[in-house]
Amino acid sequence: MSDLDSNQNRRSFLKYLLSTSIVGFLASVLYPVISYLNPPKQNEVEVSSVLAGKISDFEKDSGKIIRFGNKPVIVIRTEKDEFKALSAVCTHLDCTVQYKKELGLIWCACHNGKYDLTGKNVSGPPPRPLEVYKINKQGENIFVSKKA
Amino acid sequence: MKKIVKSFYDYLDERLHLEDLVHFMGKKYVPVHAHSIWYYFGGVSLFFFIVQVTTGILLLFYYKAGPDLAFESIQYIMSKVQFGWLIRSIHGWAANLFILSAVIHMFSVYFEKAYRKPRELTWISGMLMLFLGMGFGFSGYLLPWNELSFFATKVGSDIAGAVPIVGESMKILMRGGPDVTGATLSRLFGFHVALFPGIFTVVLGIHLLLIQRQGISEPMHFEHLEQKEKKTMPFFPNFLLRDLLLWLVMLNLLAILAVFFPAELGHKADAFGSAPAGIKPEWYFLFMFQSLKYLPAHIIFIEGEVLGILLFGAAFALWLIVPFWDRKSARGEKNRLITYLGIFAIMFIIVLTILGWVA
Repeated sequence: MSDLDSNQNRRSFLKYLLSTSIVGFLASVLYPVISYLNPPKQNEVEVSSVLAGKISDFEKDSGKIIRFGNKPVIVIRTEKDEFKALSAVCTHLDCTVQYKKELGLIWCACHNGKYDLTGKNVSGPPPRPLEVYKINKQGENIFVSKKA
Repeated sequence: MKKIVKSFYDYLDERLHLEDLVHFMGKKYVPVHAHSIWYYFGGVSLFFFIVQVTTGILLLFYYKAGPDLAFESIQYIMSKVQFGWLIRSIHGWAANLFILSAVIHMFSVYFEKAYRKPRELTWISGMLMLFLGMGFGFSGYLLPWNELSFFATKVGSDIAGAVPIVGESMKILMRGGPDVTGATLSRLFGFHVALFPGIFTVVLGIHLLLIQRQGISEPMHFEHLEQKEKKTMPFFPNFLLRDLLLWLVMLNLLAILAVFFPAELGHKADAFGSAPAGIKPEWYFLFMFQSLKYLPAHIIFIEGEVLGILLFGAAFALWLIVPFWDRKSARGEKNRLITYLGIFAIMFIIVLTILGWVA
């Protein structure tokens, strides 16, 4: 092998070494930064049942948002004095829904999505029904729990 | 006085060779033609950006990020701090006027086809700044931590979450967790006051450097004119003085708007409250927001929302790379298709914005 060839070989080897170490360097800088930006998973407190309040806290034909773990749940006392509990997070774009008395429906103000009282998406853009929760009455108290 | 200025200039000139710079500036010309008025909007956008940096720094002296502090600190700025209401109102109005003048600037460049070779990179850097401007708007919107901004951020980040494959991680990255919480506020605050201004300043530097290097774009019909038939105006001082006069007019406009229509604060955000009726994003997102409203829940097998986001994404991407697919303009030929597409885009934006406004 001539001197020229061996110099060329050495040069291309060094180029290869340099470029791979630049990639390695970038990866070793970027990986911790990207991992840092990804928020740590927080252990959600597993809630199976919460006290929504007393029967007298709920007016007839009205709805109230309660805290179920860290999710909002809407509890509705219907005209016929039935209690219903559904997830209050609109399946469309995450807004919090409300009970619309005049329509007797659950309504999302953000994009005019409507659900009936069984949680079924009946009009507007929501793609899926609302999740239904269980209601338990114990004396005067109303408990909301996840359906098994 | 003149003597002092002269000796200061000589001092700098000796060290920095200012002669070259003065010579360069003396040779800069701005083309004069029927559409010369549109040349001013880039400068006007720059003016509003300077106002935003200044008022933003002033607001930072009192603003506190955090779900328990943000709303209260703005209440404090609005009611207790001297001229706090004015600074915040100017910041709010200048943000809107910045987007408006940048959009006018963008469309004027588009219709003049000034993005054509050799100015492709100037167009790309300008579009990046427009997107960053919208990012500023979106991130700044949450900072008062009121009902409206809370739900607008929920909707906005959920839209990002609907993008196939990368959406969910983008949403988590934006929100700092699965929901909009204090973590989101910290993040968007960081984006708004550090990350975006940093990137924006670099891109702005490149944009201005390219304009200095390439000169101001001439309209297409200038290419067929003799050198002496082209009407021009010296940049320094003629164009610059006109620019500055317009900046002064804009400053007055800002003051009038901020005094007579001050920024509102609304009610503090409540993560466990229902979304208020009449919730709307900033006007420059309204046409997209309104279009998404009209899409049914499902179109064939794809969610309406996802399809809408993909279509808007594709439209923005095509718009961004227009210098690379508009080959006709690059060759100096008229391209009517581009003009019609632009008119369609403007009509679409105006009609849907009005519909969103009155809805």
